[in-house]
Amino acid sequence: MPSALPLGDPAPADGVLPPQAAVGAGERGFSLYAHIPFCAVRCGYCDFNTYTATELGGGASQAAYAATAASEVRFAAAALDASGVPRRPMSTVFFGGGTPTILPASDLAAILAAAVDAWGLEPGAEITTEANPDSVTPASLEALAEAGFTRVSFGMQSAVPHVLKVLDRTHSPGRVPEAVRWARDAGLDVSLDLIYGTPGESMADWRASLDAALACDPDHVSAYALIVEDGTKLAAQIRRGEVPETDDDEHAEKYELADAVLAEAGYAWYEVSNWARGAGGDSPEGARYACRHNLAYWNGGDWWGIGPGAHSHVGGVRWWNVKHPTAYAGRLARGESPAAGRETLDAETRHTERVLLGLRLASGLPVADVPVEGRAAVAGLIADGLVEGPAALRGRLVLTLRGRLLADAAVRRLLP
Amino acid sequence: MSPMARTAPVPAATDPSIIRNFCIIAHIDHGKSTLADRMLQFTGVVQPRDMKAQYLDRMDIERERGITIKSQAVRMPWEVEGTAYALNMIDTPGHVDFTYEVSRSLAACEGAVLLVDAAQGIEAQTLANLYLAMENDLTIIPVLNKIDLPAAQPEKYAEELANLIGGDPADVLKVSGKTGVGVEGLLDRIVADIPAPVGDAAAPARAMIFDSVYDTYRGVVTYVRVVDGSLNPRERIQMMSTKASHELLEIGVISPEPIPSKGLGVGEVGYLITGVKDVRQSKVGDTITNLSKPAAQSLGGYQDPKPMVFSGLYPLDGSDYPDLRDALDKLKLNDAALVYEPETSAALGFGFRVGFLGLLHLEIVRERLEREFNLDLISTAPNVIYDVTLEDTSVVTVTNPSEFPTGKVKEVREPMVSATILAPNEFVGAIMELCQGRRGQMKGMDYLSEDRVELRYWIPLAEIVFDFFDQLKSKTRGYASLDWKADGEQAADLVKVDILLQGEQVDAFSAITHRDKAYAYGTMMTAKLRELIPRQQFEVPIQAAIGSRIIARENIRAIRKDVLAKCYGGDITRKRKLLEKQKEGKKRMKMVGRVEVPQEAFIAALTTDESKDKAKK
Ligand SMILES: Nc1nc2c(ncn2[C@@H]2O[C@H](COP(=O)(O)OP(=O)(O)OP(=O)(O)O)[C@@H](O)[C@H]2O)c(=O)[nH]1
Ligand SMILES: C[S@@+](CC[C@H](N)C(=O)[O-])C[C@H]1O[C@@H](n2cnc3c(N)ncnc32)[C@H](O)[C@@H]1O
Ligand code: SF4
Ligand SMILES: [Mg+2]
Repeated sequence: MPSALPLGDPAPADGVLPPQAAVGAGERGFSLYAHIPFCAVRCGYCDFNTYTATELGGGASQAAYAATAASEVRFAAAALDASGVPRRPMSTVFFGGGTPTILPASDLAAILAAAVDAWGLEPGAEITTEANPDSVTPASLEALAEAGFTRVSFGMQSAVPHVLKVLDRTHSPGRVPEAVRWARDAGLDVSLDLIYGTPGESMADWRASLDAALACDPDHVSAYALIVEDGTKLAAQIRRGEVPETDDDEHAEKYELADAVLAEAGYAWYEVSNWARGAGGDSPEGARYACRHNLAYWNGGDWWGIGPGAHSHVGGVRWWNVKHPTAYAGRLARGESPAAGRETLDAETRHTERVLLGLRLASGLPVADVPVEGRAAVAGLIADGLVEGPAALRGRLVLTLRGRLLADAAVRRLLP
Repeated sequence: MSPMARTAPVPAATDPSIIRNFCIIAHIDHGKSTLADRMLQFTGVVQPRDMKAQYLDRMDIERERGITIKSQAVRMPWEVEGTAYALNMIDTPGHVDFTYEVSRSLAACEGAVLLVDAAQGIEAQTLANLYLAMENDLTIIPVLNKIDLPAAQPEKYAEELANLIGGDPADVLKVSGKTGVGVEGLLDRIVADIPAPVGDAAAPARAMIFDSVYDTYRGVVTYVRVVDGSLNPRERIQMMSTKASHELLEIGVISPEPIPSKGLGVGEVGYLITGVKDVRQSKVGDTITNLSKPAAQSLGGYQDPKPMVFSGLYPLDGSDYPDLRDALDKLKLNDAALVYEPETSAALGFGFRVGFLGLLHLEIVRERLEREFNLDLISTAPNVIYDVTLEDTSVVTVTNPSEFPTGKVKEVREPMVSATILAPNEFVGAIMELCQGRRGQMKGMDYLSEDRVELRYWIPLAEIVFDFFDQLKSKTRGYASLDWKADGEQAADLVKVDILLQGEQVDAFSAITHRDKAYAYGTMMTAKLRELIPRQQFEVPIQAAIGSRIIARENIRAIRKDVLAKCYGGDITRKRKLLEKQKEGKKRMKMVGRVEVPQEAFIAALTTDESKDKAKK
């Protein structure tokens, strides 16, 4: 979760949702996100809601975290019940961070168990944890698999030492294939996160990172352009001229290289920054290795996000928790909702979100979802080579390679 | 030394022999308004607790910039040897753009206090204003101000001043507007030296309108100087030029707030209110008379100030156009120098072509429009007025570069000015070089004293009115001063430079320049725009052209990436907010063909560097 919280409406202490949240819930899937707000060190580029201290005060220690998070699970189940949202088994669970695997596997298992206890699991549910390559051991991965986890997403970022150094990463390049092997041995699906466009990274460096990632034979790859976030150490280094600025043209070139190399190796894009082994698309058959949890975000699914700063969405109601672990633990200790604010989306905003999120998917945005005022722009997007012509004729707007790189501009053209 | 008057002469019953009308004239910043403060204080019209620096600079914009824009007339009592006199003092602006304010004020007076900063000496507007006062046949009282300053050289400058006016250096008064030293002596001297007004009290009334101001609450307030006869409350008056008649709702004097009186008699200066809503019905320079007993002959009027610089003013938000029109109409009520007519720009939409007295005037009008009427404006690059003669001998007057004829041009004539530059003699070489580079012709050079030189040039207005003064200041370490006035025109090799975005001409960026400078303008503007216009989804060539000949070219490369590629997890709200912000940004874009140009780019590209500096100060 990125750090800054949005401004929204106040959220009630009992966590009860407005009536619209329950409408049609029976037909929708349900997911859980668990935020683990701890890391061993903070990487210079990172603005996620994470803390390196083991003891934060006010009952917010790493050691006490699993119990606190489990108490939000129970709060969530009760609040959804009280809101008239039927209990549904979880189709996906995602532990993100921070570094979830900084906690002992038993803690993650305990949080998961509390959730399974509350809602149950759909058969074949996808249960992912993020992990830093140097925060896992064969035994911990074994234990996670044992607890029910099916998938691990490693923050590889790069295979090039000088790039890892600029990124402040603590692991050595050799640790990644090792960790992947352990995960495989434990029976987990594996995803690798890569970052491109780090200052000082050459085209050849990037190519080497892609090759190294592919050599691990992952099921899934996410490749993100390095974003220089305000208030990070990296932003300060660039401002002071200690580190060169990032360059959008170079990002574009690296994205194109990634897409070519990954496609060549049999990975198809299914979202602008995500590639999965085998067929793309979020159709059931293509989705074996696509991250179904993320697809739930992008398709407007229901999920509860537990943890400080975590975001949730149920039936057009979005809310977010207080950011600091101490404030978070305090709220739950008092039996109050940890939500800091929320918003109830009106029809127009939901429409906007559908376009915003749907257009980033390889399955495409149904032309019917484009607001009437934006339809006229479709021809222009095809003419400018941002959207696939043939798919559009079949009723879906699918971005071309150029279009993926200009996705935000395409969205702006489609929205009034 | 005189005491404060015990009883003030009553308006309408004041014998002209005890009236003294004078104005304070000087170079900018030599301390006119500060001296006026001390006079207000010593004569007792402003109580110590109400006193504030530059009391008469009442407009926000005057206070912020620390300059006087509008003349202010104030009636003050002063006693000399047991006689209470009525002094009418007019504080005038010093900046060259507002010279016409000074000349109107002079016409209401018999004398002028010529103020000179004792640390600076005579400057260009000292001369200009002195000559104006002499043309009006006023009695001049030379005064050195700021003698409290450690850098003051009263003896040296007294000599300089005496040389200029003729007289004895010992007669030059030395005062400090800051400490008040010498100010009472100056008031005595005003009574002693400046002639009393003369007029025929029995004749039909004749009063000269020297200012006319629109006040939201009271309508038009007209400032007059009565020459003959008298004006009385509730009688009907007549404007001699239009024969329009109005009832006098209120008449009085300013001291320094308006004080209604039983009328105004010969030689008196005051205000009147008739209930008219439009200053044009109460025209500066017109003569007011009694309707029942009209005068046969009007007093000589003023010449309307001629706009020198033109610029297009456009609302940032096109829907504000009607508000801009209303705002200009209102401002015009206070500012006779302001002229405007509607124009349209392909790039900027509907707006006005507005004429100004100079760049400071432009800036002030623009700022007042933005501030007092809550408008966001774009002003196009200022230009002067040109007369273009075509092959068929027809003549086109061009106030906007985009009106420059494209057909066969036989001759282009540009306005010229006579410029006076005063500077220490060590800078003569640098000044001559600058003026030559600006196509100036030297008309003469005089030594005002051993080390101060006056240089006179005939020079194109277009060369002097924009960044010349800044250049002059920087080449003379701030020591030079400049004054200029319109003086004819000349034929010159002038061309229009167009700017094209993706082959499409952007009218707002066209400029008329001398052929020798066209290339420099073209490269400057294309380079500036390259920086200011964000990359688009396609390549955008920016060209500068004279007719169909391209003289400069830049290229904005196509943007390749416009997507947020980072894992934001479930924080969809943040993604959406980002989109909303981007869309807001898009709304602030003007479309030029297919190219999205941010408003800021227009503003930045059209902002001359010196107006940016001034805005900072
Ligand atoms: N030390 C000193 N400073 C003075 C004196 N008189 C004026 N000043 C300063 O000089 C500056 C200009 O004074 P103003 O009275 O505004 O000058 P002005 O001639 O009215 O200026 P414009 O109306 O813009 O032409 C201010 O900073 C004053 O404080 C003086 O007698 N002594
Ligand atoms: C929640 S984060 C981190 C998970 C884990 N702690 C790690 O760093 O390995 C998920 C991913 O976001 C990406 N990321 C984080 N900050 C980023 C930034 N400023 N720019 C681009 N990608 C970023 C990294 O690839 C990271 O693996
Ligand atoms: S380890 Fe991951 S979450 Fe932690 S600071 Fe680094 S990038 Fe951010
Ligand atoms: Mg002043």
